[in-house]
Amino acid sequence: MHQRLDTLERPQTPQRTPRPARSGRSVWARAWRQRWMYVFILPGLLYFVVFRYIPLAGNVVAFQQYSPFLGFAESPWVGLSNFTAMFSDPEVIRALQNTLWFSLLQIVFAFPAPIALALLLNSLLSDRIKRVVQSVVYLPHFIGWVIVVSLWQEIFGGAGVLNRLLEPVGVGPLNLMADPDTFAGLITAQVIWKEVGWGTIIFFAAITMISPQLYESAAVDGAGPWRRLWHVTLPGISSVIVLLLILRLGTVLTVGFEQLLLQQPAVGADAAQVVDTFTYYRGVLGGDWGLAAAVGLVKGVIGTVLVVGANRLAKRMGGQGVF
Amino acid sequence: MAVVGTAPARPARPAWQEPPRRITSIVKGLVIAAITLVMLYPFVYVIAISFSAADAARSGDTLLIPAEFSLAAYRTIFAGDVVTRALLVSAGVTLVGTLLSVVMTVTLAYGLTRTREVPGSKFVLYLVLFTMLFGAGIIPNYLLVKELGLLDTYASLILPGAVSAFNLVVVRNFFMNLPQELFDSARIDGASEFQILWRIVVPLSKAVIAVIALFYGVAYWNDFFNAMIYLNDSEKWPIQLVLQQYVLQGSPLDQMAVSGQVEAAPKTIQMAVVVVATVPILLVYPFLQRFFTKGVLTGAIKG
Repeated sequence: MHQRLDTLERPQTPQRTPRPARSGRSVWARAWRQRWMYVFILPGLLYFVVFRYIPLAGNVVAFQQYSPFLGFAESPWVGLSNFTAMFSDPEVIRALQNTLWFSLLQIVFAFPAPIALALLLNSLLSDRIKRVVQSVVYLPHFIGWVIVVSLWQEIFGGAGVLNRLLEPVGVGPLNLMADPDTFAGLITAQVIWKEVGWGTIIFFAAITMISPQLYESAAVDGAGPWRRLWHVTLPGISSVIVLLLILRLGTVLTVGFEQLLLQQPAVGADAAQVVDTFTYYRGVLGGDWGLAAAVGLVKGVIGTVLVVGANRLAKRMGGQGVF
Repeated sequence: MAVVGTAPARPARPAWQEPPRRITSIVKGLVIAAITLVMLYPFVYVIAISFSAADAARSGDTLLIPAEFSLAAYRTIFAGDVVTRALLVSAGVTLVGTLLSVVMTVTLAYGLTRTREVPGSKFVLYLVLFTMLFGAGIIPNYLLVKELGLLDTYASLILPGAVSAFNLVVVRNFFMNLPQELFDSARIDGASEFQILWRIVVPLSKAVIAVIALFYGVAYWNDFFNAMIYLNDSEKWPIQLVLQQYVLQGSPLDQMAVSGQVEAAPKTIQMAVVVVATVPILLVYPFLQRFFTKGVLTGAIKG
């Protein structure tokens, strides 16, 4: 998530000298002079139009009783009935509840985890140990969800290591991978395992930007390690924390799609259905294209409103915002 | 920029900092050791199982090292063609996809660096940025791939995600920070934009290009969702989808090769598939690691 942070737009860099546009030259003449640039732009532009913008238009199926045999043109228009059907569909309500519950857990537990880890690693004196630990904790970020879930299955599944260790104690067998009651905790733990290390990068960046002199004067004034943490480090990274938190709030309707899709068969839809997986099951597999597209569209609109709103909020609170 | 990673080497402990107390060091050491163990143990265990004899794996003696070393699982998966073919598909899709993605990202990023001089390019930039804000959703994307006739083609694994707006922004920011005088003088010397891109920009941007190539490559290798929804033909499946079917769903490994066999694949074989699907990531990981901090933070920090 934080990968998007701050990268959307940056102001013109100072070393760029504005080239005064020569008067009297038409737009077309200027464009012709830059024709190579259009050659560079064209393939990418084509990609974005075809694969990103045409699907946007494809959302019209949300207003249709779409049938693949009839196509977009022939399928009957049904106005807003998909949208009204959606809000009285118990499965949609359930998916929404699950989504918000998983998001809440992740904000409470998975969000602060990288901050704590970054602070811990930062407090290590040995750079070598720090680097080794970093290489270890960054690794799971690059492992795909299929593999991550397979690994977890071997540890916490019915025939996994955990049960083997519990057996002599007389507890179990537990199959945490297939238990609907503990599922929310399980996926939160998985997210922490996979992303906690990667998440530290941005906080590290913020920590290194704190002036060492602040620590020095705090130490001279008699502040111990904890008070320096509380009065120097945390205030120094608080703006980054607030910004990331607000942005995370903007994406509450998105929780690990692949992660949940992979594990839903084991625990059932009631415990694992989220908005995205609902769209997939009801639409692509169930053939109820109109309703599924309506759910997807509503999710997209709410998500955009939340992100834009969150960005406003970040700016109002004195942060930079992302765009 | 140039904030992270390039911080001046500090002495291990600044003069003002008190020497660490022993109890603190011990607690920290234990916590760090625990974290490392939790992160690495699943990999160790799965590798150990994959190299165990089937009986030894079932008995539960293998926890850290194979109780009874055996290469049988690997012999089995490489003797059949399901896993071998899936690995080849994944490798092919990853190579072709990464090449295409990198070329398109670099050219588009360069094309969007001079929004003031190239009429219309600012509009294109906004088009790209908007896609980071609002995506179309699963259903319209699926219908598009279907309408384009890409179902059951390898192209459906590559084209839908060919250019990432995030990577594009990273590369463009990098280009914008290159010294513009270089380009100006090259232009005065009569170099075409293509020559400038190929001879000046690309060589100066090797690091960031390496970063996005690795990001794209890892994404293509790890992708299973596109394959799952777009490919019905199991002969075209990449390794991640094979893994999902045989390990997570417990389908028999030789379902297609030997029809009629219904027994689920033994644990050692499943784990061997997990290992071969993970190894390429582990192989590029050292390179990834060298570059990614830079990649994530290039342009991520203003100023």
